[in-house]
Amino acid sequence: MKIYIPNSAFLGNIDPFLRGFDPSDPGTLEITANEKWIAVHPAVLSMITALGLTVKPENISCRKLEARSRHYLVRMGLFRTLGISSDISIMEHEPAGRFIPITRIRTSEELSNFKNEMIPLLHLEPEQSRTIGYIVSELAWNVLEHSGSEHGAVLCAQYYKKSNSIRIGIADTGIGIRASINNSYSAETDLEALRLALKPGITGTTRREGGTEQNAGAGLFFIKSIAGINRDFFVIYSGDALYKLLKSPAARPRLHADPFDDRHSRAEGLPRWSGTVVGADITLDQTAGFSALLDAIRVTYRDAVRERLKARYRKPRFI
Amino acid sequence: MRTIRLVEKTGAFAENKDVARALRVDELMPALERGEEVALDFTGVDAATQSFVHALISEALRRFGGGVLDRLLFKSCNEPVRKIIGIVTEYMQEGLAPGE
Repeated sequence: MKIYIPNSAFLGNIDPFLRGFDPSDPGTLEITANEKWIAVHPAVLSMITALGLTVKPENISCRKLEARSRHYLVRMGLFRTLGISSDISIMEHEPAGRFIPITRIRTSEELSNFKNEMIPLLHLEPEQSRTIGYIVSELAWNVLEHSGSEHGAVLCAQYYKKSNSIRIGIADTGIGIRASINNSYSAETDLEALRLALKPGITGTTRREGGTEQNAGAGLFFIKSIAGINRDFFVIYSGDALYKLLKSPAARPRLHADPFDDRHSRAEGLPRWSGTVVGADITLDQTAGFSALLDAIRVTYRDAVRERLKARYRKPRFI
Repeated sequence: MRTIRLVEKTGAFAENKDVARALRVDELMPALERGEEVALDFTGVDAATQSFVHALISEALRRFGGGVLDRLLFKSCNEPVRKIIGIVTEYMQEGLAPGE
């Protein structure tokens, strides 16, 4: 496998980075990077780490990084997590900033520890901390319960002062959305599977309305809704498909049960990611009150369930 | 009335679905099956995920129908927790087939 870290890859411009990923030869990983500058979304670091964890450390090669910002990869824990050495030294007095370094979560206990120890590193207000904790928890549980990933979830996050936003990325190398959804549905493409997974009340664990006793199929819909209401980016990539919720120009964006009704872009035929990647941006100074968000979700969710039930009604035949 | 205190097991942020399952299987469902009135006490719980609440109470709604809410009570919930419980109870009842 080969992955190139560009000078810039955030959710708005992540597509070229994804298209440049080469998943062939899964027994090796070659990491290269832009020579001048590296500024990437945490989702990119989570992806690289998740890939690296599937390869023996001796089969990972990382070309010498020249970019001035290369120390960022060290601070985020890329080389430590992959068990490979780097020749990059960082000064002790360099500011740590507000970030959550690359972290692996394989059990619910690890998730609880993460929640208690890592999220405070972002130094957020209680309301903001609640929103970020909510997102991390739901995404990590998705991995733990549905991905079948041997290596668990890989996630990291970064606070950006200029935009006053938190960017979160989580990746796994499990079965992917399509295989998971198709335990109960029959999505013919990865993109169709993404569309189903983002609808409220659709879960791979059952076709029954209301889900199972343990799963409702609402987690991704909630997270997309948080990003949507806040007019932030949300990206999900699995198999060869990418769905990207775009920033809404509307002051009060509407929530939609069908993600294709949201302002979005989508792509198919990308290099195959065996697993799932989710990236989200949460701009803090426009974070809608969590309570107001829940009101909007409730209405959209209820209407979606009603629509599905209505679609099953038998129709009268007029002769 | 039987009261199930959550915070000792969930902490202030109720998100662990394994904990929700244990509470459901070991405490909530047996009490409801015995016909008891149950209060889920959210004192000290600042936040809960929809997934946690679903894993805790959806089976009760599925098994006993919406009528179970006459004897399944929610104590000391803040506004966001109330709303999440409202979302789960609403979509579960919307999705119940007639007679469920």
